[in-house]
Amino acid sequence: MLMVIKNNCFASRIDQNSFPNVDTMKWFSNIDLDGFDDSGSTQKDQDTTPTQETSSIPLGDNCLAVDISDALSEKDKVKFTVHTRTSLPGYAKPDFLVVRQHEEFVWLHDRFEENEEYGGYIIPPCPPRPDFDASREKLQRLGEGEGNMTKEEFKKMKQELEAEYLATFKKTVAMHEVFLSRLASHPVFRNDHHLKVFLEYDQDLCARPRKKLDLFGGLVRSFGKTTDEIYLGATIRDVNDFFENELQFLTEYNSHLKEAAGRTERMTKKHKEVADSHIKISSSLMQLSTIEHGSMEKFLAKTAEVFEKIRNLEGRVSSDQDLKLGDTLRYYQRDSHAAKALLVRRLRCLSAYETANRNLEKARVKNKDVHGPLEVQEAEKAQYDACEKFEAMSARGKQELVGFRQRRVAAFKKSLVELAELEVKHAKSQYEFLRQSLLSLQEIA
Amino acid sequence: MEEIQSSEPPPLFDNIDFNTNDQDYEIFESAVQQPDSKSTTMEDVATEESNDQFIEISVSEPHKIGEGIGSYIAYKVSTNTTIPAFKKKQFSALRRFSDFLGLHDLLVEKYLRRGRIIPPAPEKNLIGSTKVKMSSQTPNEPGSGTGLDWLENRRAALERFLCRTAKHPVLCLDPDFINFLQSDEELPKAVNTAALSGAGVMRLFNKVGETVNKITYKMDENDSWFEDKIIEIENLDTHMQKLHSAIKALVIHRKELSTLTGSVAKSAAVLSTCEEHTGLSRALSQLADVEEKIELLRSEQANSDLYILSETLKDYIGLFGAIKDVFHERVKVFQNWEHAQLQLTKRRENKTRMELAGRNDKVDQCEKEVEEWEAKVQRCQKEFDEISAEIKKETERFEIDRVRDFKATIIKYLEDQMAHQQQVIKYWDAFVPSAKEIN
Repeated sequence: MLMVIKNNCFASRIDQNSFPNVDTMKWFSNIDLDGFDDSGSTQKDQDTTPTQETSSIPLGDNCLAVDISDALSEKDKVKFTVHTRTSLPGYAKPDFLVVRQHEEFVWLHDRFEENEEYGGYIIPPCPPRPDFDASREKLQRLGEGEGNMTKEEFKKMKQELEAEYLATFKKTVAMHEVFLSRLASHPVFRNDHHLKVFLEYDQDLCARPRKKLDLFGGLVRSFGKTTDEIYLGATIRDVNDFFENELQFLTEYNSHLKEAAGRTERMTKKHKEVADSHIKISSSLMQLSTIEHGSMEKFLAKTAEVFEKIRNLEGRVSSDQDLKLGDTLRYYQRDSHAAKALLVRRLRCLSAYETANRNLEKARVKNKDVHGPLEVQEAEKAQYDACEKFEAMSARGKQELVGFRQRRVAAFKKSLVELAELEVKHAKSQYEFLRQSLLSLQEIA
Repeated sequence: MEEIQSSEPPPLFDNIDFNTNDQDYEIFESAVQQPDSKSTTMEDVATEESNDQFIEISVSEPHKIGEGIGSYIAYKVSTNTTIPAFKKKQFSALRRFSDFLGLHDLLVEKYLRRGRIIPPAPEKNLIGSTKVKMSSQTPNEPGSGTGLDWLENRRAALERFLCRTAKHPVLCLDPDFINFLQSDEELPKAVNTAALSGAGVMRLFNKVGETVNKITYKMDENDSWFEDKIIEIENLDTHMQKLHSAIKALVIHRKELSTLTGSVAKSAAVLSTCEEHTGLSRALSQLADVEEKIELLRSEQANSDLYILSETLKDYIGLFGAIKDVFHERVKVFQNWEHAQLQLTKRRENKTRMELAGRNDKVDQCEKEVEEWEAKVQRCQKEFDEISAEIKKETERFEIDRVRDFKATIIKYLEDQMAHQQQVIKYWDAFVPSAKEIN
């Protein structure tokens, strides 16, 4: 499930003056779990009132609700304040606040992934690492190019970058929250011990910030995983067409989603640049108007206004495309990867099952003259267990894949409908604005 | 004449501006030879009649003639007019780029000195034209990519150049201009337009000389109108250039956006073929269609950024250059006048000296020279007054045109944008049901 932040009050929490130097920012969120805020835009001039105050809703039985109530960005790490409210029996208190960093989310994700009991489930994908490098770099470049702009232009460009930074920040927070919410609402995962520790324990979890060596280790691990996947794919003959097709489909689908997400991101970024290039046009027109006389002066000033507004509108188009199309593609890229991981786990399980079969055969051959041999009994047991496990995993996996498909189709439907509606809405308002502007310009001319 | 040369202070830039001296005399001669009455009647006629006269010029069908290095692009120049000076009402001629440059040069040669603002011709583009020359495709064929863009750009620029020239009451009736439009024959090849020819090099030298002159010579301005106008044009020019570069950036970004939108369309199409859910697959394929249309639309928008805004501004930056040329021409006339006055004073001193020395045989000679220079001073003064008056008239006309043109440009651009938004509405509106149909 993809989501969008209902933004309120956060804008005021940024220290405008210190922004370029210190990346300290705080954020309050109020997340709409089922999808999207109907206004869509992350524009900060929109005044959305929080529809619900999470803490005031009374909890039913067996409830676990998690949200990120606050987040703080310092240098290159983000501290998330994870807020838990629960009526589950295992928890010591009904209300917890703990501070977690991205690495701890990764840790939690890894615990789920390595747990064999969850092998048949799609593990909610790990949130992406907070990455503000692009924003920072742009800000730096802006600082270097300050001489080429007027004060007004610089101010506007800076505001744009701040908004962009804020949007990235909010998105990061939202992604981390989605991860936790999916775990908390999952019938099995919500009872997980590690999740409980993550939500409850008020100290740092083992997760230190990853060092280079760890990163390298991760690389080796993921490399091992891929070769594993290829090896399994090549050696194991899947007995079940459904899973074989699904694996093929997901592999292909995942790579196409990745491509589409990357391209959409490039498109929306470029669209933002198109919008931002109106700043300079508008300010040049304004300057030009000051040296003109009479009707021309007014005309140019009005034109400058028009371009400024177009910038605004185009900026919204860009951010909504990113929100509706880009984010959906990105999220399902990760989710389809998680679904694929399930299939690979199943293949590994199948491989173990086949090994158990072979072992049983071997044991039977070896002990064919012995009556009731222990070795064969053990092998039979192992084979039976492996079979059980594989069968259970297949059954569970099938359900999960069907669930994934439903989830995906529903989310895409929602996003695409909203994308189209927002595009229409923005185009209509720009059309109307241009119509009005033309009338007043013709009056001046 | 000998004496003039020797008594004259050495020309400041004789090493660079080697035709200064000849030019002086040329100007004097031209002032003598051309009776003023003729040009004024011509203009009067033109201004009176321009109201109900109509001329429309279009440049179309650029096509390659010849092969290899000797090849060139020819354009069809079609005219539709009611001006009686033309033989027919509708006609067309085939012209190549250098013909346009040649026409511009002819007009400059004839009218710049009188203070007329000559619309600038488009610039040469060596890389672009070489590309077209070397490519085996004809430019009209699809798939020649960037070459097409460049060619369309030039075609439009040439058309605007002719239209601006035709708008001018005097330039429009110039025999060379008329000949350019209606003659069926090939025009004599304009030699000195080639960028690398000997004449081109000479021109470059002259330009350098003029630039140095512009920088070093400071004229005492007595006319406050000119004082203000020069600053105003200078200011407008700077700001227009700023605006132009801002719009150029927009054009580049928008073009890239168009390409990137196209790649998103492709991705959506690929995703659609891969998607196993039929409803979603159908919607994604529709999305690909929409994005493809948007790609085209973005490229149209970039074109309207370019052809409506950017190119118009570029023309005006060129026109400001032409105005500055005219201002400089006036300075040159002033310099001549100043020079003549100086010479006159010298001759008078000479004459007095001779009279005092009692060399009566030389006094007559001196008296003649004094008279000669008095006449020259008068002519120069007249020329200066005329060019000043003409420039005022010309800039006034230019201002009126500029304001009208600029407003029309902006309005046209915004109307275009409006039409584009309408398309966006249409495309996405059509998409909504197919997204809602996903089940």
